[in-house]
Amino acid sequence: MAVMSKRCAVIDYGMGNLHSAHGALQHVAPDTEVLVTRDPEQILSADHVVLPGVGAIRDCMAEMRAQGIDQVVEEVRRSKPLLGICVGLQSMLQHSAENGGVEGMGLFAGEVKFFAEQPEVQQQQLKVPHMGWNQVQQEAHPLWHGIADNSRFYFVHSYYVEAGDPQQVMGRCHYGVSFDAALAQDNVFAVQFHPEKSHNAGLALLKNFLAWDGQA
Amino acid sequence: MALAKRIIPCLDVDQGRVVKGVNFVGIRDAGDPVEIARRYNDQGADEITFLDITASHEGRETTVHMVEAIAEQVFIPLTVGGGIRELADIRRMLNAGADKVSINSAAVHNPELVQQASDKFGAQCIVVAIDAKQVGEHKWEIFTHGGRKPTGIDAVEWAQKMAQLGAGEILLTSMDRDGVKTGFDLGVTRAISDAVSIPVIASGGVGNLDHLVEGVQQGGADAVLAASIFHFGEYTVMQAKEHMAAAGIEMRLD
Repeated sequence: MAVMSKRCAVIDYGMGNLHSAHGALQHVAPDTEVLVTRDPEQILSADHVVLPGVGAIRDCMAEMRAQGIDQVVEEVRRSKPLLGICVGLQSMLQHSAENGGVEGMGLFAGEVKFFAEQPEVQQQQLKVPHMGWNQVQQEAHPLWHGIADNSRFYFVHSYYVEAGDPQQVMGRCHYGVSFDAALAQDNVFAVQFHPEKSHNAGLALLKNFLAWDGQA
Repeated sequence: MALAKRIIPCLDVDQGRVVKGVNFVGIRDAGDPVEIARRYNDQGADEITFLDITASHEGRETTVHMVEAIAEQVFIPLTVGGGIRELADIRRMLNAGADKVSINSAAVHNPELVQQASDKFGAQCIVVAIDAKQVGEHKWEIFTHGGRKPTGIDAVEWAQKMAQLGAGEILLTSMDRDGVKTGFDLGVTRAISDAVSIPVIASGGVGNLDHLVEGVQQGGADAVLAASIFHFGEYTVMQAKEHMAAAGIEMRLD
């Protein structure tokens, strides 16, 4: 009897290049079938689901709602491991200040704020976007397994997450202000940085995700 | 805890092959971009930039396949520049696996392209490359066509305009210093870095590791780009990073 290989769905809702995410996931788990898809059936039948996102959040949310992806994500988060990346994370918050204010899916309490509007960022004349490799201070979670605390990951973003519930914060970062770089609740884990672009630390996190059963 | 400064090795490619000589000990086929990208990746490069100097349209298809092959094996950000003229060129490179594209001459001829590209693909993937030459005391001008054609545009004002139009980053090359190995033009690097609120990559003139330190500490650059000091095995990327870290600069060393 053939062993069924595991499947991972990377949700494609038309926002940007998913080549990197697909490539990195496939690289760390050659035996896993990694699909880039917007088909609800394929997403809901996968073992692991990744919600990426780049660009403006208004466009991301509009596309997700137009294609019913928000409903699919709502179902996924009740049933299987889900990894949000970058704007994928931001879309899971209640509200974002970007584009004049955008409502997110509200999987996590809290909001998304603009670096350039923070007095600390202005005083220190920090460049926005926050672009490059920064350290993440971890809270215990299976997805950090084997990754040293304060390892650097690759970030590129102008808006950042401020979680409403400190219990859900699994990683913190600092750029003028302290912000939340990783959130988790039950079988959902979401990060601001790009694990698919973060060399060994990022690949380790993706590998941990694909090995994760969704239990903290 | 702080954001690290970045080191970006740069490779010139022609029809999917690295040119201008790269000489790593132990690599027989020195022109294979995938092999070279992997080597720099292993040495701790923070990003890799490819400058496509392919002249023909058909040759550029080969470059697309090269980007695809590298993106499958190298998991740090990749930038592709050279020959980007329209939105379709940007889309093609992003779809192939590039994370950013660098727009140079096309931005001079058609500044709206930067705005359209930024709106369409996001500022995070739009780098504007500026080739500047000193034309007076504290005055630098934009040149195109590899530094041969003056444009009459002031480099600092141009950088500000590009940032306003939605560039996510500036790649600043001093045409006076390019290939000369006497260090970055720190004057123009500082002037532009102070004038814009987006990250600036310094390029052109690196001959030793102290030049990299100067680019950050005196030039105010957020990242430094270099080619020949790495290509000929003079220094590894990690040696450069350790040197910068020893000078007190925040670097990614893990």
